[in-house]
Amino acid sequence: MTMKPRHKRSAMIVGALAAIGIAAYFVLNAFQSNLVFFFTPSQVGAGEAPHNRAFRIGGMVKEGTVKRDNLTVSFVVTDTLKEVPVSYTGILPDLFKEGKGVVAQGQLNADGHFTASEVLAKHDENYMPPEAQHALDQAAIEKASKTLK
Amino acid sequence: MIPELGHFALILALLVAAVFGTLSLAGGQQGRADWMALARPGAQVLWLLVGFSFLCLAYSFYSNDFSVLYVAQHSNTQLPDIYRIAAVWGGHEGSLLLWLLMLCSWMMAVSLFSSQLPDAMVSRVLGVLALIAVGFLLFMLITSSPFERLVDIPVDGRDLNPLLQDPGLVFHPPMLYMGYVGMSIPFAFSIAALLNGRLDAAWARWTRPWATAAWICLTIGIAMGSWWAYYELGWGGWWFWDPVENASFLPWLVGTALMHSLAVTEKRGLFRSWTIMLSLIAFSLSLLGTFLVRSGVLTSVHAFATDPKRGVFILLFLAVVVGSSLVLFAARQGKVRSGGSFSLISRETFLLVNNVLLTTAAAAVLLGTMYPLVIDALNLGKLSVGPPYFNAVFAPIMTPVLFFMVIGSYARWKNDTVADLTKKLRPIAIISVLLGCAAPLLAGEWSALVAMGLTLAIWIVLASAAQIYRQLKDTVNWKSTPVSYWGMHVAHIGIAVCVVGITLVKGYELEKDVRMTVGDTVEVGSYTFRLTGISEVPGPNYKADRGSVELIKGDKVLRVLHPEKRTYFSSTMPMTEAAIDTRFTRDVYVSLGEKLEGEGKPAWAMRVYYKPFVAWIWFGCLFMAIGGAMAALDKRYRKKVAAKLNMDDMKGAAA
Repeated sequence: MTMKPRHKRSAMIVGALAAIGIAAYFVLNAFQSNLVFFFTPSQVGAGEAPHNRAFRIGGMVKEGTVKRDNLTVSFVVTDTLKEVPVSYTGILPDLFKEGKGVVAQGQLNADGHFTASEVLAKHDENYMPPEAQHALDQAAIEKASKTLK
Repeated sequence: MIPELGHFALILALLVAAVFGTLSLAGGQQGRADWMALARPGAQVLWLLVGFSFLCLAYSFYSNDFSVLYVAQHSNTQLPDIYRIAAVWGGHEGSLLLWLLMLCSWMMAVSLFSSQLPDAMVSRVLGVLALIAVGFLLFMLITSSPFERLVDIPVDGRDLNPLLQDPGLVFHPPMLYMGYVGMSIPFAFSIAALLNGRLDAAWARWTRPWATAAWICLTIGIAMGSWWAYYELGWGGWWFWDPVENASFLPWLVGTALMHSLAVTEKRGLFRSWTIMLSLIAFSLSLLGTFLVRSGVLTSVHAFATDPKRGVFILLFLAVVVGSSLVLFAARQGKVRSGGSFSLISRETFLLVNNVLLTTAAAAVLLGTMYPLVIDALNLGKLSVGPPYFNAVFAPIMTPVLFFMVIGSYARWKNDTVADLTKKLRPIAIISVLLGCAAPLLAGEWSALVAMGLTLAIWIVLASAAQIYRQLKDTVNWKSTPVSYWGMHVAHIGIAVCVVGITLVKGYELEKDVRMTVGDTVEVGSYTFRLTGISEVPGPNYKADRGSVELIKGDKVLRVLHPEKRTYFSSTMPMTEAAIDTRFTRDVYVSLGEKLEGEGKPAWAMRVYYKPFVAWIWFGCLFMAIGGAMAALDKRYRKKVAAKLNMDDMKGAAA
């Protein structure tokens, strides 16, 4: 099958553009529906977090709040200003501890309870997940601005 | 004293690299033989200096010299010897030194195995590499010297992250770095060709084995990383689309495209600009990978270092390297553009299609990896892109790649016909669809995705087998068939093996999280697990709770598995050590979770997996690497005189 060079070239260009168009459609579509946003407990408390979409929450695991019932664990995530109750069923990562940073992904119920589908693991006992650190920093800024007023 | 010697060697290395890099590059441009003569010895001296510096650091680790900050941070006296050496690259500074050592080793290899290349070419290539080394040496000496001393010498060091205390760490990072850094060789060849303004089949033939060698290291490195994550992290996953994994996967995807594009450039003199572009992208992505892993901007299990200054330096360095090479490309691209034509149905077309698809896949992965970082850097909020995105995007893009791969290896160069291809491939297509659709029935549960994955895998294997058979039947021909031809088929079969593994694990894996007390059983698939006891056992630098779990099939106890939960003395950090029973067609995987408090007998959280064909994923990678090695070692790459190119020579066309 031989074609004139001019036709061949335009056929290839059209083919390539079509392929790229289809690929871009797939990619952006999947991208849009799989973005997971992060919210601090304060933002969740202020009602900024969505109710029907998965998102991430981060902060400290409040001391003395971890309760286990078989494989279901419930605990409270705090950024020192606001608190969000979280529950998770399954095995927690090795570094999950009271008083340490945590990031969890899941959905918020109507009553403000966060059901985590995943608790993220960080592999250094001193290492604070950046999102959790961000939540604490935001809360500290908030507090500071309140005391100034 | 030893650390100072190491530091001094690095300073000397900086001077040597700067001087010989500039001179050999200038010598190559101006044709000055006396300057060009510096290139090979320069590279060798550089290798000796950096190698010496590396040994100094390794010795500081071995001798527990905690006056060195880096050693104190990453090692301690309780650490077993082998991990003390591996701890050299357990952190940021040492990893950089390893990166540099790898770069110098590649330069050394070029200086030794380049006798068939013109001197001007060698000196340009080594000059470019030396300037890259200058960048990294400056980076180390300014922001992250591994030899920094402490005034208050601690009695003991802090310890290596327990996760890294594993044989995996001894081999995985060096191999991966070897691959990352290896992409600098095709990059340097491309820059040299652009500077020279000439790019011909001989250039492609010189570049090919180096690109393939780097790709082999990258393949093995990625596979080892995946295997390590699988058995060490205790989550049973083998690929997480973690940014750091993506960072190594991106140059692999582009490198795969590059190898095939180089084949076209060598055989047919086409795709020249595209080949150059791919080599620039592959190396830029390797640098980006270094940046992603080492600047600590990432939410990632791998990010140990958190120091923005370093990230800024690497970003600048990246901007200089990428920017200047793109400018050079824009200025010189006209001179190296391809002539020649090919028809729509030809091997060139199919290779081009797969090249575009592989690059598209890389772009999609890059988007998902970088978008959260960019958004975060611009203070527009925090978000993440999870595995569902990558899975949703990657599989549809790679499916046609697997399909066209076979057609590309069957199609003739320059011109072929649909009728011919159909005649050759129809029986293979029919058999693979039938087998692929029937095979999932054996598992008892039919799924379209599994059927498609298996169909494609069988399609590849049958097509390669048919070509191998035809070649072997022709006894005259098979002796003269280049090794690279067999290499191509071995690598393609490796892809198929890998696809089988991925498809079956995704389709049929089983997972259970359960609460167990001693004596309890849990069933997963056709297997039963019984927890028979938990005892405390001591390790060299940790203590562990060790479970005894009987793996039962029918009435027979197959073996006793011992998952552990370790607590390391130096950091009191717990670590899950999974127990895995590997067979040819499946893995059984048990990991011990935390102790659950409650009334009655002590209970433990346990996670149990059944993973069919999971080992095939890594076996497939091994095949790919072996195939790559066969292709790279083909003796025609070592011929001094460029053999006349035979355009219709099918057999030499290891795509």
